[in-house]
Amino acid sequence: MPGPRTIPFDYPAPGAGPAVALPGAGTPWLDALRADARGLSANGLPGTRMEAWKYTSLAPLAELDFSPPPAHEAEASESADPFDAVAGPCAVFVNGRFSAARSRLDSLPAGLRVTGLAQALADDPAGVEGLIGGTGALNGEPLAAFNAAFAADGCIVETAEGVEIEEPLRLRFAASPGVAPLAWHPRVVVRLGAGSRLTLVEGHDGPAGAATWSNPLADIALGGDATLSHVKLQVEGPDAYHTALTRAALAGGARYESHLLALGARLARHEIHVRLEGEGAACWLGGGYMARGSQHVDNTTVIDHAVPNCESREVYKGVLDDTARGVFQGKIIVRKDAQKTDGHQLNRTLLLSRKAEIDTKPELEIYADDVKCSHGATAGEPEAEQLFYLRSRGLDHRTALALIVEGFMCDMMEEVPHEGVRAVLIERVAAWIDGGGCP
Amino acid sequence: MSAQHDAAQAVESYAGERYKYGFVTDVEADSAPPGLDHDTIRFISAKKGEPEWLLAWRIKAFERWLQMEDEEPTWAKLHYPPIDYQDACYYSAPKSDADRPKSLDEVDPELLKTYEKLGIPLQEQEMLAGVAVDAVFDSVSVATTFKDKLAEMGIIFCSISEAVKEHPALVQRYLGSVVPYSDNFFATLNSAVFTDGSFVYVPKGVRCPMELSTYFRINAANTGQFERTLIIADEGSYVSYLEGCTAPMRDENQLHAAVVELVALDDAEIKYSTVQNWYPGDAEGRGGIYNFVTKRGACRGANAKISWTQVETGSAITWKYPSCILQGDNSVGEFYSIAITNNRQQADTGTKMIHIGRNTRSRIVSKGIAAGRSDSTYRGLVRVQPKAEGARNHTQCDSLLIGDTCGAHTVPYIESRNPTARVEHEATTSKISEDQLFYCRQRGIEEEDAVALIVNGFCREVLQELPMEFAVEAQKLVAISLEGSVG
Repeated sequence: MPGPRTIPFDYPAPGAGPAVALPGAGTPWLDALRADARGLSANGLPGTRMEAWKYTSLAPLAELDFSPPPAHEAEASESADPFDAVAGPCAVFVNGRFSAARSRLDSLPAGLRVTGLAQALADDPAGVEGLIGGTGALNGEPLAAFNAAFAADGCIVETAEGVEIEEPLRLRFAASPGVAPLAWHPRVVVRLGAGSRLTLVEGHDGPAGAATWSNPLADIALGGDATLSHVKLQVEGPDAYHTALTRAALAGGARYESHLLALGARLARHEIHVRLEGEGAACWLGGGYMARGSQHVDNTTVIDHAVPNCESREVYKGVLDDTARGVFQGKIIVRKDAQKTDGHQLNRTLLLSRKAEIDTKPELEIYADDVKCSHGATAGEPEAEQLFYLRSRGLDHRTALALIVEGFMCDMMEEVPHEGVRAVLIERVAAWIDGGGCP
Repeated sequence: MSAQHDAAQAVESYAGERYKYGFVTDVEADSAPPGLDHDTIRFISAKKGEPEWLLAWRIKAFERWLQMEDEEPTWAKLHYPPIDYQDACYYSAPKSDADRPKSLDEVDPELLKTYEKLGIPLQEQEMLAGVAVDAVFDSVSVATTFKDKLAEMGIIFCSISEAVKEHPALVQRYLGSVVPYSDNFFATLNSAVFTDGSFVYVPKGVRCPMELSTYFRINAANTGQFERTLIIADEGSYVSYLEGCTAPMRDENQLHAAVVELVALDDAEIKYSTVQNWYPGDAEGRGGIYNFVTKRGACRGANAKISWTQVETGSAITWKYPSCILQGDNSVGEFYSIAITNNRQQADTGTKMIHIGRNTRSRIVSKGIAAGRSDSTYRGLVRVQPKAEGARNHTQCDSLLIGDTCGAHTVPYIESRNPTARVEHEATTSKISEDQLFYCRQRGIEEEDAVALIVNGFCREVLQELPMEFAVEAQKLVAISLEGSVG
């Protein structure tokens, strides 16, 4: 039976207390945008009858009474910074709010600018309009409307033309659960000047505690020949909900690399839309997801080849244990004029338990004839032959299985160019496996 | 470059061609007035002299359908103006129905001529060894051959209306058991108003000695066709069933919402092959058939096998997902499909493989070919239920695009709930390479023949699944469907 189209959802929850003033209130364009977005958010959360949400039900989210975190900085529990060992500039957000005290942004490399969104709206609202203005930005994305309506903070990352920045820039979103369910909607804008290069490391972490809902929206625009390596690690606590939308638009010759490792949260959706708008643009989407218990992890991607001669590669690999459920929805669109498109996509999932479930929907939508496109998907338990090979060399079942899972996942992590960041991800994979991932 | 240019030109030139099988037979139809209400259903039921239980079932379906107003499927990648279901005519039988012919000599000569034009002269069919024909003209079967021979083996092959009268227990037991009356918008409509179709029952251990075949033919203006086919293969039996269609040229869109149900018990095998070549509409897509079909087979018993093979070249709109429910342990489902769209045709077709039993296996091979300004979509579901230990699926979807104004889409859904299951999906999209064309051309093969050759090669895996008689016809059809569309 088809589910509902939308799920009624009151946000902020009635009785959450007086509304917290949003930055830039009183700016006409922003007020109008927020009013429109609020109107859309009043429709509720997307239901499973909407094709894009067929396999991910937000009904459990709708049952909770979320409110925005109070304006003062939270003092409650916090988890350790997963990328502690990685040097370089770092912007820290606690419950979605920029924390200048915890950030390390004083000695940014030349050509890199990082500004808190609330700060930018206070200093120069007109300058921000070009970055987040226009309701077109909502583009029918139901959760983007929540972000547009309620974003209290975020940041703007800009690089000058031609600069190559060695040290990775980190954005750390730390959750600090309160007593009641809290929600935040950070807005990130990334603008890379033509020919510039940057590594952006986005981390979402948090301890166990009351429910949290983080609903980040990132808009990335890469100038001609610019390269962004975007690493995302999501290790929020077991009571967290995470619904992220990342949109990237690439000018000619630009390259966008996304490397995701999703381990945390009770329910997480990582949605990425890439639009290849200039000839010669290329993107790599690599994703790893590991889930156990009753976790639900959803990866939804849309790669839109709008012009000829672009290339896209996408590989998502997952490991599911216990009653965890994984969802992969990957769509490649090749527009009418996008001849010579080269697009390939692969989803592989290892099921470690009798009750784990994977739902995969790789989708091709092609309107040009001179293209090379393919997709593939596999799902199943680890190969008996592989296990036997290892067992025959004296490894016990558990060790053998751990080795297979590690090899399967680390394959993905090896694609991360930055050594220090890569090491953190590989360590996380190993830790997940040690946490009982292999029966 | 030149091949590309020629292709575009050729597509345009093809647009001017007329449908080869477009003609109308002038037979006065005995039709129900247009519109659909309780009376229409009573009329159909009375006209066919049906028992009370069937009328009650139709009414139940109709009442469900009335509640389904907003359940008309919109998820397919198909665009067509809203259908006015009250505008269609739900029953039309050839005039001579009241006095059924006892032999071919008594059949309306106009009808026989129609079949001749289609290249299926019944008289010759009877002599062609191994083929029995249950020909459907509009909605009522007018001739069935080789019945006696089949009857000797205990095989029942007749129209479903006849089966309702002669074998009510079988019909009542299996009708709606695979596609329930409330299944989906079009199937529910069909359950309410179905007029006729084929019924096959193969008893235990019997291997049907010939290919059973029904030719569908749509005629009479404004008549929706609502076929209902039910095939039951009892334990250890085997049957191969062929379905093929062509239709006359028509200006108004014609609705076709058929339901086909297959039931395979222990160790039984059903092979169901379709060649669908209904009128696709003119170059602008006007007047083609709307084909909304629900086809589903249930492998009820252990080691049962159901194999669907389809060659879809006609219809303005195709909405069709022949499926297999693999309930029995070790049962096998197969789906081989070629879908060719040209001009403004739209096809959204694929399959569902539902793995329920242990060690169930399924294989999907889909070849989509799009030319002109058409859209061809493969949409399929592979679902592995928790108890389907050791289930296996392999899916291969290949699309071929001819010209740069068409679209080819692949939308596979994979839902796996058993770790021992192995599910694999592959899809590719490509075009006819200039190298391939050049290779053929330099050997003196005409451009058009070269394309037919290459496309036939592309489809080979599916074509070879068809029974011999059909394979020959289908190969020709593949070539004809793309005639002129490429250089």
